Amino acid sequence: MKRIVIVGASAAGLTAAETLRRRGYGADLTLIGADPRPPYDRPPLSKQILTGSWPAERIALRSPQELARLEADLRLGRSATALDVAGRRVRLSDGESIGFDGLLIATGVAPRRLPDSDLAGVHVLRTLDDALALRAALLAGSRVVVVGGGFLGTEVAAAARTMGLQVTVVEPEPVPVRRPFGDRIGALVADLHRHHGTRLRCGVPVHRLRDTGGRVTGVELSDGTTLPADVIVLAVGSAPATGWLTGSGLSLSNGVVCDALCQAAPGIYAAGDVASWHNPRFGTRMRLEHRMNATEQAMAASGNLLGDAVPFAPVPYFWTDQYDTRIQAYGIFPPGAEPRIVHGDPSNGHFVAAYGHDGVVAGVLGWNSPRETRTLRRLVVERTSWTAFTTAPTLSPATVN
Amino acid sequence: MKVIVDQNKCVASGQCVLATPEVFDQREEDGIVVLLTENPPEHLADDVRQAAVLCPAQAIWMEEQEKNE
Ligand SMILES: Cc1cc2nc3c(=O)[nH]c(=O)nc-3n(C[C@H](O)[C@H](O)[C@H](O)COP(=O)(O)OP(=O)(O)OC[C@H]3O[C@@H](n4cnc5c(N)ncnc54)[C@H](O)[C@@H]3O)c2cc1C
Ligand code: SF4
Repeated sequence: MKRIVIVGASAAGLTAAETLRRRGYGADLTLIGADPRPPYDRPPLSKQILTGSWPAERIALRSPQELARLEADLRLGRSATALDVAGRRVRLSDGESIGFDGLLIATGVAPRRLPDSDLAGVHVLRTLDDALALRAALLAGSRVVVVGGGFLGTEVAAAARTMGLQVTVVEPEPVPVRRPFGDRIGALVADLHRHHGTRLRCGVPVHRLRDTGGRVTGVELSDGTTLPADVIVLAVGSAPATGWLTGSGLSLSNGVVCDALCQAAPGIYAAGDVASWHNPRFGTRMRLEHRMNATEQAMAASGNLLGDAVPFAPVPYFWTDQYDTRIQAYGIFPPGAEPRIVHGDPSNGHFVAAYGHDGVVAGVLGWNSPRETRTLRRLVVERTSWTAFTTAPTLSPATVN
Repeated sequence: MKVIVDQNKCVASGQCVLATPEVFDQREEDGIVVLLTENPPEHLADDVRQAAVLCPAQAIWMEEQEKNE
């Protein structure tokens, strides 16, 4: 292979470049990134960067020296606009076209917006610039409405509340974070927010945003009530950044469709938030928007680009920090998976729940219990039988530690 | 090889402990990383490198020292 092109220069793209070099790939390497800033880490954006407890420099993924050591042709502030699969070329926004033998797609996702939401005071959060703009707005405002009670929305709400604002989260489901973790954990997350003085309006969809002369003034809900606000944060999910691949012939369906090797077409691989692949460990197709996966999948995909032929079969890992609470999860949490507390007690703020699905433990979720959660990950790795499990008493401290 | 961790960046994921339990542990109360040895033996170098790469908070570094011989 003489020339590898990586599109997307963030967590997954950077890891892919480093993996290729570490694995001895010495020929041409081009890394194309739409964001003009050198690669930075996103999880702190909704946490330490919003609250201001970290300066922006702290989230740089690599120093300039480390980037230089990659000996890659790094093109920042340039986006890929089209892919010619048969001709082995990527076209860039500046009109240039770059040939490749191997291609890695790592373009991540872009936030969804609501219709007619292009108003002053309305924010989304994906980039460092988004985070700095939102922080400035939170410092200047007093009332914020967060639309969407998923992880991003609840983290932003917690950060804004910590900064002293009056915060309301609007979520169409009956509880926040219901889709990933179900009603029980959702109710606990709701309690956590109420305890900190964040208001929740669950079970009511947003009807429209209200504005005066192009500046947002509030959110009108479908039950007719209006929540006045200086700042609105849209946290209504994101869509894979695959616009540039339309018409390329690659299969696109909730991301770049890949096989178990993360291959989308011969010599073309995808990794990170943009990649949908078949995870043989769980026998199902998935697309993860998790920080750990960006690294792990980029390592696997670039190894396969070099000829490893190893299926990518991880146990997914995810965490979220809200106020003083850290929730961590290993495995998968399909709708209908049944949770059971296996360690600790929700009433004292430390516990681990296992989730049963198809007769085995498919996921474990820890609430302020990092060591125990890491230890109990093995229930997922070993596909522990759910029936044997549900009849046994709560795990003894010895099993957990 | 010298290992450095940043406890303020660590998010208590435990990936380092899964990769190299000989070198990393987590604090009992909050799961933040604890370095068991700053200078692990050479045969653990690959595992430590794996931990540094996987760490989702980028909280682990390695300083590879030049060998004298
Ligand atoms: C605010 C926030 C908080 C988060 N918190 C957590 C958390 O607590 N825990 C957790 O597990 N995960 C969290 N995540 C998710 C995690 O950050 C992502 O899973 C991770 O960033 C994915 O990396 P990626 O490289 O696949 O995609 P991205 O980080 O999205 O990078 C994709 C890159 O591709 C570039 N790009 C897009 N289109 C093009 C194009 N056409 N041409 C060139 N370049 C392009 C983009 O500019 C971007 O830099 C959070 C995400 C956000 C936004
Ligand atoms: S892998 Fe990183 S974030 Fe996780 S416990 Fe170790 S140092 Fe902390």
